[in-house]
Amino acid sequence: MNWTWFHKLGSPKWFYEISGRLLPGLSIAAAVLLVVGTLWGLAFAPPDYQQGNSFRIIYIHVPAAFLAQSIYVMLAATGIVGLVWKMKLADVALQQAAPIGAWMTAIALITGSIWGRPTWGTYWVWDARLTSMLILLFLYFGVIALGQAISNRDSAAKACAVLAIVGVVNIPIIKYSVDWWNTLHQPATFSIVEKPAMPAEMWLPLLVMVLGFYCFFAAVLLVRMRLDVLHREARSSWVKALVAARVGEGR
Amino acid sequence: MYNPAPSECAHLSCRPSSRANSGNHVVSSPFLEAVAVTCERDGRVLFEDLNLCVGAGEMLQVTGPNGSGKTSLLRILAGLMPAASGEVRVRGGAEGLLWIGHAAGIKALLTPEENLAWLCALHRPADRDSVWRALAAVGLRGYEDVPCHTLSAGQQRRVALARLYLDAPALWILDEPFTALDRQAVDGLEAHLAEHCRQSGAVVLTTHHALTVTPERYQDLPLGTPT
Amino acid sequence: MGRVFVSLIVREARLLCRRPAELANPLVFFAIVIALFPLAIGPQTSLLQSLSPGLIWMAALLAVLLSLDDLFRSDFEDGSLEQWVLSCHPLSVLALAKVAAHWLFSGLALVVIAPVLALMLGLPGRCLPVLLGSLLLGTPVLSLLGAVGAALTVGLKRGGVLLALLILPLYIPVLILGSGALQANLQGLPVAGHLLWLASLAVLAVTLTPFAIAAGLRISVGE
Repeated sequence: MNWTWFHKLGSPKWFYEISGRLLPGLSIAAAVLLVVGTLWGLAFAPPDYQQGNSFRIIYIHVPAAFLAQSIYVMLAATGIVGLVWKMKLADVALQQAAPIGAWMTAIALITGSIWGRPTWGTYWVWDARLTSMLILLFLYFGVIALGQAISNRDSAAKACAVLAIVGVVNIPIIKYSVDWWNTLHQPATFSIVEKPAMPAEMWLPLLVMVLGFYCFFAAVLLVRMRLDVLHREARSSWVKALVAARVGEGR
Repeated sequence: MYNPAPSECAHLSCRPSSRANSGNHVVSSPFLEAVAVTCERDGRVLFEDLNLCVGAGEMLQVTGPNGSGKTSLLRILAGLMPAASGEVRVRGGAEGLLWIGHAAGIKALLTPEENLAWLCALHRPADRDSVWRALAAVGLRGYEDVPCHTLSAGQQRRVALARLYLDAPALWILDEPFTALDRQAVDGLEAHLAEHCRQSGAVVLTTHHALTVTPERYQDLPLGTPT
Repeated sequence: MGRVFVSLIVREARLLCRRPAELANPLVFFAIVIALFPLAIGPQTSLLQSLSPGLIWMAALLAVLLSLDDLFRSDFEDGSLEQWVLSCHPLSVLALAKVAAHWLFSGLALVVIAPVLALMLGLPGRCLPVLLGSLLLGTPVLSLLGAVGAALTVGLKRGGVLLALLILPLYIPVLILGSGALQANLQGLPVAGHLLWLASLAVLAVTLTPFAIAAGLRISVGE
């Protein structure tokens, strides 16, 4: 089978051109979706019959938690691509996505504990979801710390890839063991998103927010990757030509 | 002494070259072949588009100042380090080559005999007699069962080099094999390397020391020269 | 392949026997940590007894982690790992043998002294079989997972804290299941489920982690 198209996908120059075209659209979509979703969720969606207005934090909490988990899976996926096909762009994506994932996890944790205050009467409860999130944050810290500790860029990316893959295999095990631990030690508490029947006017803005978060993530990731690609390829002819063209425009 | 005899496989260059030029006069598949290998360390290019080919009976000495990438090249050839681009082929894969680096894998707590037996077991196991013969060949008779940390640096080096006197693969890649050896040991090793090449083996090495005995098919690959 | 596995274990055994301090240090650490807990939380027997499952498992986990920091370090520094990478045998088999040897000495020793320390914390004697069983199943998983981190950080000058950061989150399932088994046993509940889960984690770790360890070693050697 001919894999040239696949390697072309990994070419930094090609990536830089394509991402430059995608970026404006993605940024606009992210901004529109986030503004619409926030206004709709915070101002127009009806209050919850049990939790009142405090439930509205799910419009931030749930998308952040979704992203936090999917970004970790993405790390492992890019790690596999980077290790198997030696694609440099996958290395770039892995290292640039990790901090975003850590931030999303942190946002999910913070919003979760703020929500806990009116609901449980305390900022932190060793609830299964919150605990799993905390562990996920530690897993992100591990990937970031390993990437920073290894000075050689290629080795750092490969090491992070291995760690992310080991981590992603462990995540379901960790999740189930934490759930189990939680049911053994604590009476079941009601959790943020366990509403079997959420009315449409409540979940539609949530859907908009989730989409908005994903677009936001894609846009931020592309910006970060473009910067890193320029940095890595600073010596190559196409970057030099690009810089020369920009400098020419500026004059 | 330096005799760039035309060999079936002599082809070295640091320039991009088409495979058609080099491929025509290759008779048998070489022990080691590198095509358009580029090495980068932390964004700095050490060498670019390097082609080389080592066949039976050849010795290739990689020379150059400190930091020119000699060790990196050898590690890439041995398959320890990935090249930034390009391809390295070793006939027989890992079984076809013997690598002795700066640190040669000698455990200070083990005796020379135990060290050698283990290093051989990683490739093909050697019996006790041949290990003792190899140790005698590098002048370590009587030191077979003392812990290596009681030996001097030169003697520890000899333990590592004793592998060359055992049933070893045909291609040897040696990074600074003469370090810490005395005059007599250097002469012995030089003669042994030349003898290995005469018996259709192949050697790739780096050393700052000028070789006095070289086999007929000896090549020199200078790195770090301004191109 | 089986032959090289055995000869690597013999080699490691020789090395460990010639420097027994390396073997003893994690054990002493384990004992000291256990001794610190009563000093920190007070000598009330009932409190210590109810906390003992968690305390023993925490101490065992930290002791294993500590012993793993220089699992591959000397092999990395003296060039042995380069020879392993270039060996005819699969690196994953060599890595598994190395971890097996390490566990046979330090892990088993830990399991052996654990009952004494557990009795000192007030764990009743009837819980000792479960303690031994859970440690026997759990410590190999700790060693194997830790070896992945050790392989990835072996090239770094100061890998110790980083190793803990990478590996401790991955230890959580073993910690939950191991101390959970002991807790359940203390309360007179059935423990078969916990132990079976630990056993399946052990099987999973033995089959999968050698590949990750080998990949980590290759990356560290190739740097």
